[in-house]
Amino acid sequence: MNVALFVPCYIDQFFPDVAISTLELLESQGVSVSFPEFQTCCGQPMANTGCNADAAPVARKFVEMFSGFDAVVCPSGSCTSMIRNHYQEYFAADDERFNQLRDSTFELCEFLVDRLGIRKIEGSFPHRVSIHSSCHGLRELRLGPSSEQMVPRENKLRILLESLEGVEIESIRRQDECCGFGGTFAVTERETSVAMGVDRVQDHVESGSEVMIGGDMSCLMHMQGLISRREMPMRVMHIAEVLAGRPLPSSPAVSAR
Amino acid sequence: MSIALPIVDHPQAAKDFVNNVPRSHWHDDSLWFVRSKRDRQAQSLPEWEYLRETASAIKRHTIANLADYLQEFEANATRMGAVVHWAADAAEHNEIVLGLLRRNETHRIIKSKSMLTEECGLNEYLIENGIDVVDTDLGERIVQLRGETPSHIVLPAIHIKKEEVGETFHQHLGTRKGEADPQVLTEAARGHLRGKFLDGEVGITGVNFAIAETGGIVVCTNEGNADLGVSLPRIHIACMGIEKLLPRFENLAVFTRLLARSATGQPITSYTSHFHGPRDADSELHIVLVDNGRTRIRDSDTFRDSLNCIRCGACMNTCPVYRRSGGHSYRATVPGPIGSVLGPSKDMKAHKSLPYACSLCGSCTDVCPVKIPLHHQLLAWRKVLVGQRLLAWNKRVGMKAASWLFRHPRVFAAAGYSARMALRYLPKSLTHNRLNEWAIDRDLPDPPKQSFRAWYAQNRKNTQAEQSE
Repeated sequence: MNVALFVPCYIDQFFPDVAISTLELLESQGVSVSFPEFQTCCGQPMANTGCNADAAPVARKFVEMFSGFDAVVCPSGSCTSMIRNHYQEYFAADDERFNQLRDSTFELCEFLVDRLGIRKIEGSFPHRVSIHSSCHGLRELRLGPSSEQMVPRENKLRILLESLEGVEIESIRRQDECCGFGGTFAVTERETSVAMGVDRVQDHVESGSEVMIGGDMSCLMHMQGLISRREMPMRVMHIAEVLAGRPLPSSPAVSAR
Repeated sequence: MSIALPIVDHPQAAKDFVNNVPRSHWHDDSLWFVRSKRDRQAQSLPEWEYLRETASAIKRHTIANLADYLQEFEANATRMGAVVHWAADAAEHNEIVLGLLRRNETHRIIKSKSMLTEECGLNEYLIENGIDVVDTDLGERIVQLRGETPSHIVLPAIHIKKEEVGETFHQHLGTRKGEADPQVLTEAARGHLRGKFLDGEVGITGVNFAIAETGGIVVCTNEGNADLGVSLPRIHIACMGIEKLLPRFENLAVFTRLLARSATGQPITSYTSHFHGPRDADSELHIVLVDNGRTRIRDSDTFRDSLNCIRCGACMNTCPVYRRSGGHSYRATVPGPIGSVLGPSKDMKAHKSLPYACSLCGSCTDVCPVKIPLHHQLLAWRKVLVGQRLLAWNKRVGMKAASWLFRHPRVFAAAGYSARMALRYLPKSLTHNRLNEWAIDRDLPDPPKQSFRAWYAQNRKNTQAEQSE
């Protein structure tokens, strides 16, 4: 299978190890991965601000760049949802190339579990952890059950995480409360965003977890920024890093190499 | 048209509430408690999602055929002796109500909770015209005595602590200073309101549901104040938005099962009262059907589903922004997610910040008992606002620049490199200053030496097939 790696812009620039982990993880599962080198961003910041005219050319470029692969895999639920649930505004309903791309774009855990049928990752992570379920992955991609809906669903990140040896998953209060990142919301509604983020980190701390693990580095970047400023006893890791066998970062800081 | 409303700046309006951390946490916890009760009720019904789907389908059908059902309702309500009035907007609604009061030479009104009359500003209008209006819902009475507006559509005084209620009641009802026992305060309100009920000449209520098939209206309360308020006076005026209609009586069962569970986590409201025509030959029942912008919303393919709303408030209870920023930060009759959808349809400019007062978490969409895609509608509003050039100039330019940058990968890579190097080597006072809104309260990530694309070019490019440009 010929898979294109879609690396969100901020992961490319600030969290390269998340992308390297994703690449290594996919390769370890026998997937042949390419990185279309002129990729930048899916256009979500513009679209979420309502600037669709600015998002449209970015979306068209994205589809050009990523067409022709068996699948496109992305270590972010939010960016994946942009392609799957919001790109249709920019393409004709019968645009074959876009429709094919939309149906073959996957979030990382979803790709592993649903497309490859993997439910066990070799490795160990002997730590007390907690899961941060990012909203778009949860409520737009349905990567797990949301607390509001009475619909049983498997949590794809959790399936993979708990297959590691030694991992102990703590449950947190308000299992799927938003962390307050929200893209430009983090800046335009700074006070509320920060209040939400601090509360969210505190829920993870109170669970007894050593590290919160999530599928969206953007939420984790926001909370990492709050943790670091307030010296809170919590660490963050992207699920790709955990599944690729990265160790727990020694200090409360995102591993960046 | 209505006068221009002041422009709401949600972040600014939210500031004081959010930054009062103990109060914001208390407010957050109070509403989360209600949300948790709702979850337990929803979990207790295996058919929960079926009910939501059914309710949504009934509402969509009703709104699609609204004119027919309104006429059917009018015919059936009239047949039972009610008088049906039609109001195109808030002003007409208020004039109709005042006209009824004047015609009957009545001056003392007892009112049960109605978000529609809040929307129309009925209380202020009547008071200006020399009418005494008493809100009889406990929460509404509290905010009325304090000269405030409700901060929540179901829990109007949720932002007020019991000690503050004690202070208000001490001033207005003569309770002991420092009294904060909810039982005692409620008893005091009860005694105070009993007199008002006995004096009232006209009872005004809202309407939760109106049934086209029967011509009946349904009012749901927990305090029984609507029942008391319309049982003593000779005249009952019921004010309703035209979207409150249901086609058939049997449809009601779906909604009564969803409403209280979603609103407060109760299986059903304490009182679900049905009114079919006036009480007796001496009494009058007036039903005022109000449009006030609803037809315009109905015309919109994007926002039509917001007319499904049954005003349960579940989207407020679940909204992490509302819980932190408080209902008054929206400066709108209906706050929270649904309010941020309805506000701009009323006055786009005044409410332009509300669709952005949202992290797009989608919890409101999943909690909504009538399946309004709330967070998608908020996103859709942003697009409309940008189209109307109502987004701030600097944000528009910023997004244009970002769009250009993302279409020029080499410049993007160079800009990313410069930013990372700046973060690495510039003093923190330069990178984390007050101009960097992100970094006022948050650290930026430790910048890595190399981007992923640089790492890939160095480590993998030669071992992989070249990608197309």
